[in-house]
Amino acid sequence: MKLAIFAPVMISAALFAGAAAVSAPAPQGDAVKGKASFLKYGCYTCHGYEGQGAAATGKKLAPNPLAYPAFSGFVRSTSRDMPPFTEQILPEQDLMDIHAYLRSIPPAPNPATIPLLQGAGG
Amino acid sequence: MKKTPSGKVAKTVDRRKFLTGVAVAGAAAVTTDAKSAILPTGEHPAPRVPSAVRPSTQFAQAQISTPTVTDHGAHAGHPGLTQGKPGSDYMLDCIKALDIDYIITNPASSCRGLHDSIVTYGDNKKPELLTVMHEETGTAMAHGYFKVTGKPAISLCHGTVGLQHAAMAIYNAWCDRVPVIMMIGNSLDANQRRPGVPTTHSVQDPAAMVRDIIKWDDQPTSLVHFGESMMRAYRIAMTPPYEPVLLVLDEDLQEHGVESFPRIPKMSIPAPPAGNPNAVRDAARLLVNADNPVIVADRACRTQAGVDSLVQLCELLNATLVDQGGRMNFPNQHPLYARGTAPVTQADVVLGLELTDFFGTVNEFIDSAEAQQESRLKQGAKLISITAVDLYMKSNFQDIQRYQPVDISIAADTEATLPSLIEAVKMEMTPARRAVVDKRGQAAKAAYAQSKERMRADAAGQAWNASPVASSRLVAELWSLIKTEDWALVGRSLGNWPQRMWDFKQHHQFIGGSGGAGVGYNLPAAVGAALGHKQMGRLPINIQPDGDCMYAPGALWTLAHHQIPLLTIMNNNRAYHQEVMHLQRMAAWRNRRMDRWHIATKIDNPNVSYAKLADSMGVAGIGPIDNPADLSAALKRGIDIVKRGEPVVIDVVMQPR
Repeated sequence: MKLAIFAPVMISAALFAGAAAVSAPAPQGDAVKGKASFLKYGCYTCHGYEGQGAAATGKKLAPNPLAYPAFSGFVRSTSRDMPPFTEQILPEQDLMDIHAYLRSIPPAPNPATIPLLQGAGG
Repeated sequence: MKKTPSGKVAKTVDRRKFLTGVAVAGAAAVTTDAKSAILPTGEHPAPRVPSAVRPSTQFAQAQISTPTVTDHGAHAGHPGLTQGKPGSDYMLDCIKALDIDYIITNPASSCRGLHDSIVTYGDNKKPELLTVMHEETGTAMAHGYFKVTGKPAISLCHGTVGLQHAAMAIYNAWCDRVPVIMMIGNSLDANQRRPGVPTTHSVQDPAAMVRDIIKWDDQPTSLVHFGESMMRAYRIAMTPPYEPVLLVLDEDLQEHGVESFPRIPKMSIPAPPAGNPNAVRDAARLLVNADNPVIVADRACRTQAGVDSLVQLCELLNATLVDQGGRMNFPNQHPLYARGTAPVTQADVVLGLELTDFFGTVNEFIDSAEAQQESRLKQGAKLISITAVDLYMKSNFQDIQRYQPVDISIAADTEATLPSLIEAVKMEMTPARRAVVDKRGQAAKAAYAQSKERMRADAAGQAWNASPVASSRLVAELWSLIKTEDWALVGRSLGNWPQRMWDFKQHHQFIGGSGGAGVGYNLPAAVGAALGHKQMGRLPINIQPDGDCMYAPGALWTLAHHQIPLLTIMNNNRAYHQEVMHLQRMAAWRNRRMDRWHIATKIDNPNVSYAKLADSMGVAGIGPIDNPADLSAALKRGIDIVKRGEPVVIDVVMQPR
């Protein structure tokens, strides 16, 4: 039977972008190749071209992606709406390149400096 | 002249039979000699009469008697002309009596009688005949038109093939509880049908094709019958739960003349069903005594009065209103307004108003390889449902969703029930409960202020300056230009950004989605909605998914042809992204290569030029715009065009979601 009922699983917000302490050293990776892989594997279709996320489909990944061990751990083992990507279908080097691309995304502008946003929200 | 009990003039000369007879006789004259030449000696050719016709006494009499002259029109008694008053004129009189504004059609021979009556006898005024290039477009237009005006329009289709074209749009209207009046032509009498294609398009029981997704149907066989069924169809469609209905118009009934028309039956719409007073009081007691009541609304409000009532109820309780967006239910900048599922997880009482999916509201389904499900509810949370859908549902299509047990179920129309629920809440409220409610209100106001800050940070942080254009950027740019206008959003939303950034106050400013999620709804429904706004001089805005547009892009031609002002912004993300995610899941669950998901899911190579597509149909086209810095000027230009009373399409290349 496909159906399974289980207790709620809390996904820590720390798994996603903006995680505070990034103590692990950044892995080797090529941001240019990583951008190509981000497109090739279709990451962008849920998370946006800049890894910015979208409310209904994919968490925010960048800027400031979570540390590589946690990032890799989630990608390899998730059982939520995002399927797990094993090394067989997403090689480790490609994943490190993707992480490098996400690290290369510049910080978002300060909303207080955007006049359009001051008038939004009624 | 002899009249039948139905009012139909007894035919003394039948136009079709006369013509058929001539044709057959002529053919016989031409071919008899040739046939004789190849027949073996001693055999004789069969008589050249229609093979299946054994003339009735009436028919035989009609063939030999002297034509009777009617007293209607100069052509009365003229051979080859309709004798008497055409039946379809009476049909139009009935439609006019219902104050129908528009009949939307792709022209069809099976409806030619009524078509002629509309444009000649009725002078194409109220109802006006509108032209569409697909029956799905016409039906979705009627769908969108109703949600703005509260008035049904008629979608007039060819029998069989036209109805099948319309079927997906009927399903959307069915799921969205919208009273589209479907009319189709059909030829019942095999002896009267034109042979070939018209017969191929005739059908014994046309409504069978869509009976699971309409509320009522009939195939009248006399004008008296039509008059009664037209009124009944309207009443049934317009009694909550609103749903589509179908009338089948027999070609002969449309085209034959009668001496005089039957009376047009009176029609009154039943008052919508309100909730049982005892059940309403029980619901009020639960709500007043709850520590954290949450009200969830989907297709709750039919009018502005409904919105006002819902605001009153929520403010009495300081209850969070979770808007599922089936209609414009609640002002989105109100401190009690919320979206998403988080409030439900904290509730001790949940009141669901016209929910499509109560089960999905209080349970989460995770589309993983294990198809996980989990309840969102706190232990002991009580559930109350008010919905008119409990009064009418069918078994085949599963839009009724999973069965959700509730503690109080009120089978009634929400908007009709809200006034009594408000009074019951007032009656149950005590000073002690009032204090609890007031404290809850203060917390809601604080949370609302924080949500505004969060919205601004989210917008800036979601690819604000990126190319392709981010949803939040487009919606913010638009808002800066429309906020002082009398605007309305007629298409689907865009990642809820309009609900986060704009200020929806009026019921007509948002019409919800398709209902059945049948792709191809958004563009034609937006056209129908824009038609409704045109009467009011409003600025309608349609954020249009590109894939949806390509189902029936001919709707753009209808915009231009009928001069319907509409600002369409193409959300051009060049893929069926919903399906991309499914492909990725499949491949990942099966541990297969992840670089093939784009096959049959992307809309590129070549990219569609929506500006050129619009231009080709007489709609001004702007773009493609892929740099956010170019957006403002393009949008200003587009808004100016719409203010001149014309439609425009602005093609914006967008982020995927």
